[in-house]
Amino acid sequence: MTAGGGVLDLAERYGLTVALLVMLVAFSLLRPETFFTWSNVSTILGSQAVLVVVTLGLIVPLTANDFDVSIAYVLTLSSMLIAVLNGQEGWPVWAAALAAVAMGLAVGAINAFFITVFRIHSLIVTLGTGTFLHGVTLWISGSMTISGISDSLMSIVIVHRLLGIPLEFFYALLLCCLVWYVFDYTALGRRLLFVGRGREVARLSGIDTDRVRGACLIVASLLGALAGILYAGTQGAADPVSGASYLLPAFAAAFLGSTSIRPGRFNPWGATLAVYFLVVGITGLEFMGVSSFVQDMFYGGALVLAVTLSQLVRGREEQQI
Amino acid sequence: MSETALDIRNLSRNFGGQRALRGVDFAVLAGEVHGLLGQNGSGKSTLIKVLAGFHEPEPGARLLVFGQEVKLPVPPGGFRRLGLSFVHQHLGLIPTLTVLENLLLTRLATTQMWRIDWAAAAAAARATFARYGLAIEPTMLLGRLSSVERALVAIVRAVEEAGGTRAVLVLDEPTPFLPRRDVERLFVLMRQLAAAGAAVVFVSHDIDEVMEITDRVTVLRDGQVAGTLVTAQSDRDTVVRLIVGRTLTAAAARKSVPATAPAVRVQDLSGGQVERLSLDLQPGEVVGLTGLLGSGYEQVPYLLYGALPARHGRLVLSAGTATVIDLGHWTPAAALRAGLVLIPGDRPVAGGVGALPIVDNMMLPALATRFRPWLLRRPAMLRAARALGETFGVVPNRPEFAFAALSGGNQQKVVLAKWLQLQPRLVLLDEPTQGVDVGARQLVFRAIRDAAARGAAVLCASSDAEQLAEICHRVLVLARGRIAAEIAGPALGKQAIVSACYGMAA
Repeated sequence: MTAGGGVLDLAERYGLTVALLVMLVAFSLLRPETFFTWSNVSTILGSQAVLVVVTLGLIVPLTANDFDVSIAYVLTLSSMLIAVLNGQEGWPVWAAALAAVAMGLAVGAINAFFITVFRIHSLIVTLGTGTFLHGVTLWISGSMTISGISDSLMSIVIVHRLLGIPLEFFYALLLCCLVWYVFDYTALGRRLLFVGRGREVARLSGIDTDRVRGACLIVASLLGALAGILYAGTQGAADPVSGASYLLPAFAAAFLGSTSIRPGRFNPWGATLAVYFLVVGITGLEFMGVSSFVQDMFYGGALVLAVTLSQLVRGREEQQI
Repeated sequence: MSETALDIRNLSRNFGGQRALRGVDFAVLAGEVHGLLGQNGSGKSTLIKVLAGFHEPEPGARLLVFGQEVKLPVPPGGFRRLGLSFVHQHLGLIPTLTVLENLLLTRLATTQMWRIDWAAAAAAARATFARYGLAIEPTMLLGRLSSVERALVAIVRAVEEAGGTRAVLVLDEPTPFLPRRDVERLFVLMRQLAAAGAAVVFVSHDIDEVMEITDRVTVLRDGQVAGTLVTAQSDRDTVVRLIVGRTLTAAAARKSVPATAPAVRVQDLSGGQVERLSLDLQPGEVVGLTGLLGSGYEQVPYLLYGALPARHGRLVLSAGTATVIDLGHWTPAAALRAGLVLIPGDRPVAGGVGALPIVDNMMLPALATRFRPWLLRRPAMLRAARALGETFGVVPNRPEFAFAALSGGNQQKVVLAKWLQLQPRLVLLDEPTQGVDVGARQLVFRAIRDAAARGAAVLCASSDAEQLAEICHRVLVLARGRIAAEIAGPALGKQAIVSACYGMAA
């Protein structure tokens, strides 16, 4: 690789980081009295932890070349289970959280079963299970927002702070480190990468590709359920619809993240960075007085652009010397 | 004297420095079935591809179709207007559409048809089939036809597209997967077409079929016409000698491996096209597997590795005590644990992932054994990959580069390193030098010999007789899924292998 290639390489790796910083500075200069306050920044960091966890949940099956669009509905059902079991039925909050985790594992197993046993495309299966879960959520909630979740959950998620940032941000960070460790430092992570990029190569290398894909789908749903617990802890309540709005930003962040830090691969740090890049963009625009319908336009456009960019990065990687 | 339907003069074609065709003259008469024969790499496919407009010939060539001079190169897809038509081994039919839709496929794809009168089209198709004495219902789904009926539909479609009787029809290996009695039905149709005035070029590996159906035969060898014969006035041996070439090189003296207890025994293996195959391999022995297209030889490595499902069969591995394995329930993971490795032929799909670094491709099966699987350290992996690259002569030896950045030969060295580092006891190879340049070829051979010298048994499937003659102690020739000949000792040479493929004793 030449020195010029090295510079380009660096620009690509850290381009998103620089763009995020530039955006922060720009909005801070434009709205110094409101945007650039520690309370605003820490709010952004904390409130988007749920989206970070969902995005991390997506990049695991995406690395194995499977899509999981049911993850946002797992999130909603998970938070609703906690609200119903803890808020209405009076279960202890830890038991309700365990039930949510068990639900996540079960949904992942069902997704994995249909995708690997019957060879149905993951997009179709998870679209179906996701919609099914949405129905279950409406059913157990009576289509109502349910509150009354124990303060103890809220206190460990959002009330307690470290360096002024709600604890949930650090939970997301911890999960990000965990995914990073598995992706980059374990044999499992290497195998996962080959299952996604060259399934036949992986199969002939003695990897049980179905088991790996199944495990990824279960991990995705598990992370979806954990995101639901954080969501319930953030809001202190669960509503049956708003979880679905996490799906598109999470996909946009996953693909945008794959153009950064480790260009050409879905990677946890890139994904986390991309989440904050998108959120700062949206928050900044809102501080500038732009209407909230811009959010949908922004995320929709970002998804298409991010996928286009990630394709370009991958295409070039194949020819790279 | 009938009219000359297809007249090719002085056709040459180079690929890089390689001359695939050298001044070929080839003429086919209207009303004749003309066989085109030759080994792999003799130039048959290049000739056909020039006619179909895939390849541009070198300047100086001429092409006449029914006396009309055609400007070369043939424009892509333009062959139909000239009255040329091709049926390839993969017939180009879509099983989920009806016979009628398949017949109209080209017209639907190339012309704007605003309104299709399906009833009229079906009636026309029925009439066409009736003319050739075929009872095929056009509204049936193609997938419900037998394989021979599909081939018949493909041929009828080709003839109709080329304008009926004044056509040159090229049938490129249409028979290798058909049972004998079905081949007869194809021959009936071919004779009908020829009798109606079409010229039929029949490309095949099967000498018996060619002797039976053709009026004349042209043999290509090393890109040149080795001869054109009138079939009725020649015999099988003459044709085989033309294919193989007369110059018999003395086979290099080779030591056979001393017979000890076999390291590997394959018993009664069936699966794919392979039928009840049994063979023994000594430790340190390199055994070749070859045969013609459709003989199933190339499936044996995949069946033994569990990568293709076997119907039944046993694998007995002896190292001290014998392990008996049921090949009916066999997976690559279990094969790997038992000390088998497979070096696949299709490198971009099965050998390595181009976009990922060489180091990851190389170390994939060794992650758990050579490194700490829960704490992989990049520097250690790169060091190990660099050392392996050095041993196998990978150039450039930069394991951090993408696999796709290497040439075909160097990619193959990486794939060999990936598998041979595991110290396997049985090495299965499929076309180990496909797409590999001459220099790298020797390094690939050396790696295979080294593995054998360390005591591994090696089974190598290849269509390249020269390569088999160079590296193998013994070569098994398959025909229709069974072992038809075994060549070993001083008799083992390129010509002997090719002759055996064509069913002739060396």
